[in-house]
Amino acid sequence: MSSPIVKLVAQRVALGILLLLAVSVLIFAGTQILPGDVAQAILGQSATPESLANLREQLGLNDPAYIRYFRWLGGVLTGDLGTAMSSGQDIATSIKGRLWNTLFLAFWAAIVAIPLAITLGLIAVRYRNGWVDKLISGLALASTSFPEFFIGYLLVFYFAVQHQWFPAISTVYDGMPFGERMQAIALPAAALTLVVLAHMMRMTRAAILNVMQSAYVETAELKGLSAFAVIRKHAFPNAIAPIINVVMLNLAYLIVGVVVVEVIFVYPGMGQYLVDHVTKRDVPVVQAVGLIFAAVYIGLNIIADIAAIVANPRLRHPK
Amino acid sequence: MSNELEFLSRRVASGKLSRRDFLGRAAALGVTATFANSLLSSAARAAGPVKGGTLKAGLVGGESTNSLDPALFMTQVPFAFGKMWGELIVELSPEGKLENRIAEEIGSSDDAKVWTLKIRDGVEFHNGKTVTAEDVAATLERHSDEKSKSGALGYMKGIESIKASGKEVVLTLKEANADLPYLLSDYHLIVQPNGGKDKADAGISAGPYKVTTNEPGVRHGGERFANYWQGDKMGHADQIEIIVINDATARTAALQGGQVNMVNRVEPKIVDLIKRVPGVTIRNHAGPGHYVFIMHCNTAPFDNNDLRMALKLAIDREEMLKKVLRGYGSLGNDFPINAAYPLFTEIEQRTYDPDKAKFHYKKSGHDGAVLLRTSDVAFPGAVDASQLFQQSAAKAGIQIELKREPGDGYWNEVWNKQPFCASYWGGRSTQDQMYSTAYLSTADWNDTRFKRPDFDKMVLAARAELDEAKRKAMYHDMAVMVRDEGGLILPMFNQFIDATGAKVGGWVDDPHQELMNGYALAKCWLEA
Repeated sequence: MSSPIVKLVAQRVALGILLLLAVSVLIFAGTQILPGDVAQAILGQSATPESLANLREQLGLNDPAYIRYFRWLGGVLTGDLGTAMSSGQDIATSIKGRLWNTLFLAFWAAIVAIPLAITLGLIAVRYRNGWVDKLISGLALASTSFPEFFIGYLLVFYFAVQHQWFPAISTVYDGMPFGERMQAIALPAAALTLVVLAHMMRMTRAAILNVMQSAYVETAELKGLSAFAVIRKHAFPNAIAPIINVVMLNLAYLIVGVVVVEVIFVYPGMGQYLVDHVTKRDVPVVQAVGLIFAAVYIGLNIIADIAAIVANPRLRHPK
Repeated sequence: MSNELEFLSRRVASGKLSRRDFLGRAAALGVTATFANSLLSSAARAAGPVKGGTLKAGLVGGESTNSLDPALFMTQVPFAFGKMWGELIVELSPEGKLENRIAEEIGSSDDAKVWTLKIRDGVEFHNGKTVTAEDVAATLERHSDEKSKSGALGYMKGIESIKASGKEVVLTLKEANADLPYLLSDYHLIVQPNGGKDKADAGISAGPYKVTTNEPGVRHGGERFANYWQGDKMGHADQIEIIVINDATARTAALQGGQVNMVNRVEPKIVDLIKRVPGVTIRNHAGPGHYVFIMHCNTAPFDNNDLRMALKLAIDREEMLKKVLRGYGSLGNDFPINAAYPLFTEIEQRTYDPDKAKFHYKKSGHDGAVLLRTSDVAFPGAVDASQLFQQSAAKAGIQIELKREPGDGYWNEVWNKQPFCASYWGGRSTQDQMYSTAYLSTADWNDTRFKRPDFDKMVLAARAELDEAKRKAMYHDMAVMVRDEGGLILPMFNQFIDATGAKVGGWVDDPHQELMNGYALAKCWLEA
């Protein structure tokens, strides 16, 4: 079985790298059309013509764009993301801590959200069209329909301001005790869970229902298996590919799409870092973060693809 | 003083009664607010500072791009943190007097051209080195260097030479300036070892707290510096921490939830709600900051003084003050100076007058719409204010077309570039500083393009004038000129609105900047 899988995986990875390269061009081009330049942005309201000219010269902003692109790409390939223009700090070092924070939050949100979503999906299928199904779907839909900031503020209002069970702000720092850190991220993780739950739950439900209409499920039912056994043994394994897909999509969202939640809870992750630097026109940072986000998306999608191939033998032998 | 008042003031000092309630009861007892306030601060002092604990502030105005280099300070968080670890040459007291810090004495020649700073003995940097005249001179040199990126460069350029000898630093100015000591109170001018020329962002100075944590855009922390030269006056808490909370709702939630002891920039529209929260005290007070609409005096159609006058008369200041600032401010009069400045003089208040506005508008010969650019970042409520302006002007027959600009890039693309836009000024400590920064023909920040040689002459003359009465008269004339001929529409001065949680003692209102001119964490303490 190995050779077709290895070939397919290699294909996917190569495609991913190509895609990433294309994204890097887009990111670079995108940052070029932002109005204003970084020198102006660093000095802001206090810019004087002399200090502007000095800074532009110092930052090498006078070179043509393609030269700056290749200089940047070369750096990235050798692991050097450059230094932030606005603060002079090494980007790789600053991002490391931030990325770790974001991954930490995403990890705990995922740990709660994924099993919960899949279980709820399974339960919904088992009692499909009954009141349990409707209740689960309704609540999940409601939590998704509210904007993230609204859910965030509701959580803060109830759990932080009214009852003071959890802190309203989630500032975490190096060397923070694990227990305190968990308490600090409780509310943002809950907000994120609520935001991604419905999507995964409903996809699980839909995917399994789709399979439930197959002949083999009917056979299983006719054999007299219990409803749960039918779902667990026959329907779920066959629905795993689309479920993994949606789980990966939501994982990616937990990492790259949490800007609003991070801002509300003052969580020092990648989202806040990106926002700060976009307003400063700090091009190297924006590019680096953009590239990392793209890599996360592409990487998780490749994993989803590969998992689907492994789970479904039919995909391994395309006709 | 009645026993009752004294009792009440002691209750406030110990945190058992809110300041506002006290003022209410004092008024009921027939005491003026000024007297009640002074009573209160003496009671607070008598109760005495409490040492220990960790004071935390949740502040807007920090970004992950912030640096510890004082030359690059721009927003509120570096400003406030700088006052924690940094020590200045001279500072302004809450009463507006000059307060010598690293300088023990400041003297000038009769023509105010040569200034001598005597450096205080025994002030120690956080690295154990003693502060010398050389360090002070090097600091000033770094900030007055043509190539410097310092925010203080604008007025430091007026220094011709800096010499350190023994315990003295001698500054020779290009032109006489009676206000030099005020300029030295600029928050960028933190004295650093060798002026920060070796490592500008080392975060070492002689302030009450040593930098322990510096995570720009996230949090900043300090621990009390044991050898601080004024340990009895500042540095009461063992530790201080600033948490950057740019989101207004999160900031108030953090104060209510008790994660922080104080916050800055409470939005006027929620002040009344916050007041109801038990334990929370709103600290609002007037300052020199103002919200403005600026017109370029050299760009059509604003190069016509009748049109400028028409627009000045077409704005309903009272309505704007009431609706945008909810009364937390005062009326503006189209010149950038108010009672926060020591040499301020009253000038007749300009009011909304649609008929007169119509008259000037006709006389200007302009017709059609006037384009006003505005944005949320220009000042809190700027978009609402612009719409109010549009409506009040419409009643005078003047059509204002609004263009809402994105906040991102507003200061680069719109402010100081487009001929008519909304903006704000934080104010300065002296009139000379304010006029030199924004109204001299040569000023980089002359955002109204007010270029008048006769005005420049008045600024320079007033700067060199040492007779206070004469100076006052000169500033009066300058104000009238800006008011009647300039490109500034100044509907209102805003207040600083900070808030503190329960247990915060030692707060003193300071008109210069928010958070007690940045010293709130250093001068306040946690009640036991």
